[in-house]
Amino acid sequence: MFINIFIKRFFQVIVVALLSSSIGFLMMHLLPGDIAMRIAAGRYGPDGLTAEIAQSVRMELQLNKPLYEQYLISIFNFLKLDLGYSLVSGNSVIQELKVQLGYSFVLALLAFIVSLIIAIPLGIFTSISKYKFVNNSVMLISIIIRAIPPFVLALILILIFSIWFNILPPAGFESWKNFVLPTLTLCLGLAAVSNRLITDSMNDVQTYSYFRYGRFKGLSQNITIKRHGIKNALIPLISFLALQSVYLIEGVVVVETIFAFPGIGHALVHAIVARDIPMIQGTVLIMGLIFVFINLIVDILALNLDPRLKEKKYNGK
Amino acid sequence: MENKRTFYIGLYILIFLAFFSILSQIILNYESDQQDLFNIFANPSLEHPLGTDQYGRDVLVRVAQATQLSFFLALITTVTAFIPGVTLGILAAYKGGLTDKFLNIICDILLALPGLLLILVLIAFSPGDFLPLYIGLALILWIEFFKITRLKTKSLLVEPFVESSKSLGFSFFYILRKLIIPKLLPMIFTISTFSMSTAIIAISSLSAINVGIRPPTAELGSMIIELLPYYEEEPFLVLLPSFIIFLIVLSLQLMSKRSVNA
Repeated sequence: MFINIFIKRFFQVIVVALLSSSIGFLMMHLLPGDIAMRIAAGRYGPDGLTAEIAQSVRMELQLNKPLYEQYLISIFNFLKLDLGYSLVSGNSVIQELKVQLGYSFVLALLAFIVSLIIAIPLGIFTSISKYKFVNNSVMLISIIIRAIPPFVLALILILIFSIWFNILPPAGFESWKNFVLPTLTLCLGLAAVSNRLITDSMNDVQTYSYFRYGRFKGLSQNITIKRHGIKNALIPLISFLALQSVYLIEGVVVVETIFAFPGIGHALVHAIVARDIPMIQGTVLIMGLIFVFINLIVDILALNLDPRLKEKKYNGK
Repeated sequence: MENKRTFYIGLYILIFLAFFSILSQIILNYESDQQDLFNIFANPSLEHPLGTDQYGRDVLVRVAQATQLSFFLALITTVTAFIPGVTLGILAAYKGGLTDKFLNIICDILLALPGLLLILVLIAFSPGDFLPLYIGLALILWIEFFKITRLKTKSLLVEPFVESSKSLGFSFFYILRKLIIPKLLPMIFTISTFSMSTAIIAISSLSAINVGIRPPTAELGSMIIELLPYYEEEPFLVLLPSFIIFLIVLSLQLMSKRSVNA
């Protein structure tokens, strides 16, 4: 079982590595114009460009070799984790990614934690409370938030907090205040989905025999929920983590760009617009690897938390 | 009952949007990029029922055209995803063995990256074009059709009524047409609405971050971003396209609920 999980995810790591290493190669050769000229122009500016300089670049990057050999060289460099230098800033890609990844990681983690802080109590509350009005309004709000794409949600928050009340900065990065709006955007989107999930699974748990047994033997509603309800209700949340990580990674790309937040998602979009090939490769590689890694953890967690899964043969999802 | 009601609410919103966008385009005979620089940010009038934008273009016509564009693009990407998804799903369930394994491996390859990232990789080759966006979306969306069709068909194939029709000598295509496809339809409808709302969100988000469809094409996401600098003077112009995206996605999500339990 574990072996199957590892094989599947290891295979995906190879896919991510091959894909991101090939992007650069393909883009270099598919785009019009002489590659060496283009790189030389990027390095020394279009004014300082001469045929000799282009020739030296060609020799240096081994662009005069046959195509397959160039491809192998590019993959070999990739394996050595030599991701090259950003064509825009001139810094090494690894250096840039280290800084940006830190920011994005904090943003995604904050959003995730805050979403749980909102969603878990709210989901449990709507499952056990008898106030129809409260339950319906929570459901209505989650339906509305789910129908708003992250970038629109981001703009609405900017309008409310930066333009109407003028208490939080809309963009850039100076202090902790710049974390607030991007985090809020992502965590509201996450919470709107997971809150519903928790309500549903809490409702399920209450119909199970072990839960009813708890009530029969004289435990109060609250204690039964605390001891037997919550833990079991949270299991579906774990397998749902994989979907949440998709939402977070996609959300980080969009939300960071809207808020000009200096993270890896913003860097990727920026690199695409500026045709900064080494940066595109680096960001795609890192985000892809993180995604596969999260999925691996989720698989293992789900298997450990719910022993019933172990009895069945693991055959993907 | 509850599900039926939400389905009709969704359907009515969608029909309303369709009427609104088609009618307003027929009545107002403007081009979406027809500028009138002496008449920018005009107030609503008979000629321009919702006023004009920063280049004096008619807002109503632009919104109407953008609504149609979003919906149309979402529809063709979903159809493109739906055809191979369902066909290959049935094929994988029916053939099993190597075909099944091979198709599943392709899914694993595509799922190695989060969807939007895969689209961005393709877009990197030619930012602003629709083609990479379209291919990327279709590549992501077919997986859901494939996986669910495969699972459902697999369980249907061993049902007694299918087995007995098989042993009575009915051909595979007959069984497919009469017994399997009718059972798949409600589920295919649900996935279609889901994938259409995914496509609409992706298309508008990508043009909002400047890598999708570009101005001057009227697209809801890029209209919002284009008009954002003028928010203080004309808040309505930013909020209107946002509200329309919300309505389209909401109506699709409401409609998808109906057949979940079916």
